[in-house]
Amino acid sequence: MWKNLLDWIEYRIPMMRVANMHALQYPAPKNMNFWYVFGFIATVVLVNQIVTGIWLTMNYVPSAEGAFASVEYIMRDVDYGWILRYMHSTGASAFFVVVYLHMFRGMMYGSYQKPRELLWLFGMFIYLALMAEAFMGYLLPWGQMSYWGAQVIISLFGAIPVIGDDLTLWIRGDYVISGATLNRFFALHVIALPLVIVILVFLHIVALHEVGSNNPQGINIKHPKGSLKEEEKTKYQIHEYYTDKYDIIDDVVPFFPHIVLKDLVAFTVFCAACAYVIFFNPEMGGLFIEPPNFEPANPLKTPEHIAPVWYFTPFYAILRAVPDKLLGVIAMFGAIAMLAALPWVDRCKVRSIKYRSGLHKLNLTVFAIVFVLLGWLGLKPATPTFTLMSQISTLLYFGFFGFLWLYSKNEKTKPLPARISK
Amino acid sequence: MKKLLIALVALIPSLAIAAGGGYSHPLEKAKIDLEDKASLQRGAALFTNYCLGCHQMQFHRYNRSAQDLGIPEELVKENLIFGDQKVGEQMTNAMPAKESAKWFGKQPPDLTLIARLRSPDWIYTYLKSFYIDESKTFGVNNAVFKDVGMPHVLEPLQGTQTAEFVYTEVHGEKTLSGIKLTQKTEGSMTPEEFDQAMHDLVNFLEYVGEPSKLESHKIGTWVLVFLAVFFVFIYLLKKEYWRDVH
Repeated sequence: MWKNLLDWIEYRIPMMRVANMHALQYPAPKNMNFWYVFGFIATVVLVNQIVTGIWLTMNYVPSAEGAFASVEYIMRDVDYGWILRYMHSTGASAFFVVVYLHMFRGMMYGSYQKPRELLWLFGMFIYLALMAEAFMGYLLPWGQMSYWGAQVIISLFGAIPVIGDDLTLWIRGDYVISGATLNRFFALHVIALPLVIVILVFLHIVALHEVGSNNPQGINIKHPKGSLKEEEKTKYQIHEYYTDKYDIIDDVVPFFPHIVLKDLVAFTVFCAACAYVIFFNPEMGGLFIEPPNFEPANPLKTPEHIAPVWYFTPFYAILRAVPDKLLGVIAMFGAIAMLAALPWVDRCKVRSIKYRSGLHKLNLTVFAIVFVLLGWLGLKPATPTFTLMSQISTLLYFGFFGFLWLYSKNEKTKPLPARISK
Repeated sequence: MKKLLIALVALIPSLAIAAGGGYSHPLEKAKIDLEDKASLQRGAALFTNYCLGCHQMQFHRYNRSAQDLGIPEELVKENLIFGDQKVGEQMTNAMPAKESAKWFGKQPPDLTLIARLRSPDWIYTYLKSFYIDESKTFGVNNAVFKDVGMPHVLEPLQGTQTAEFVYTEVHGEKTLSGIKLTQKTEGSMTPEEFDQAMHDLVNFLEYVGEPSKLESHKIGTWVLVFLAVFFVFIYLLKKEYWRDVH
């Protein structure tokens, strides 16, 4: 009976074939370490955001008059509404934590290098869409920081010559942030951008499975057809889509259950960290939910200190480090564009940091420190000392890419092993 | 309008710097204990008697307090609701917004979320820091919130205080570095009783800011316990599957 049903379905839609190809018989390098769990976790966080988002929408009122009160209604009068809301707000920050770690993994092990350039680019597009999604979502509670944060960020587009003013007007739909802005941000936040993100994630995974997963050694697990002896090939059943084109070496495990179980172990720890925030510290000391946002938006009262949410602060610090507004905006977007250009900036043929030069290790370490430092500086008021620190950090941030381009062409690398392990 | 806004936005960085200076009064620690139902109930009574006349809690319902703090609805109707409101309604007052802005300089803010906006310690110290200042409309000023438009509503309980300003030289400039408050006249409460009353009031404000806190810690503990147990099983299962992979 069950078998008949499955056959009936399989005859009409490739359910088992897709499951086999992309999970049960997908070859994943067996040495994928702790750093490789964040793709899986990011996917689950995306699902969490969509599901809790749908339920929040059921009681949220997208209007300047009703938004703030409806959020408090969810917090008080909707049964367990506070859990849904905190899962959503914590999920947003957690998403960025996970995505930043995921990106750093890619940088450490050269996951952006050939043939994974397009995979990396899809990832960068997801990151951009995610930033837009988070930015628009942050306006929806209609608190003071929602309002003024959006005011500052939208006004950045005004720095663009000629079209700047008209562009900001077009984005806001009004001369100031108003109910019109809130409504369009709501539409984009709940329909347009989630759709874009889901499609991009799908393409990201399709691209990943086409070129195969990288690993901490940065060496291939797929070898040309006929180049491996029978005893060197993996004993696991791998889908013919891969084995028809390549010999798969005996250093792989199937994605399901092996990798999924490993991901689930990490995911459980991740859930515990999120549960701590959701139930015990939902504001996360003012980082995840900023205290000024507990006051309704007031267009006539500018808060003393406007800081964007933590995940934007590295770029906000770069923006403020540049004295000229237009150049600052260019530097801010340039900082993201440089990341996207990484597959072409890095001219080294060796992927993993394990086999690359000491110079590269130092450069990447400095980059990581500078990124965190910029994030911290973006939270602080722009005092002369902090501005100077931001300026030095900004130079080092862009310096990473400049140095990388220079030394990577003829970098002194260590010899790569033939196999991941014996 | 547009020009004005652009000018306002351009002002933001300088405002941020300006906010760095100025005197800030040291904050005293508020005792927050959401398990202490008696304290929360006393806080609720203080709030409805002394604050609700001007400050609303437009997101919080009377019967939510009744339920959470274990007050019978009959008692709420008799002692906490002074108008003709129903017990299921939000804690609002009849003060007209426009006129109140004229009377006080600005409309008295809604206090539902004040503890999350300002922090309990801030409110606690603020409530205790009114001092006589004849130059102000209501004859009082506040060490925590300079030139606040609020009269010293709790004066019958606390009595009055006078302020002594301490200045120090910073870069050759005389800068305010401390405000010392001393009791001038006595109120109906001793200073200890008044402190306790303010702890109760702030405790209640903290509760109203986030009523879910009453249950979130309990639920959260169970979630963490579940995840800890789940971790053991998922870890062992993972180990089992990976045993043959070298």
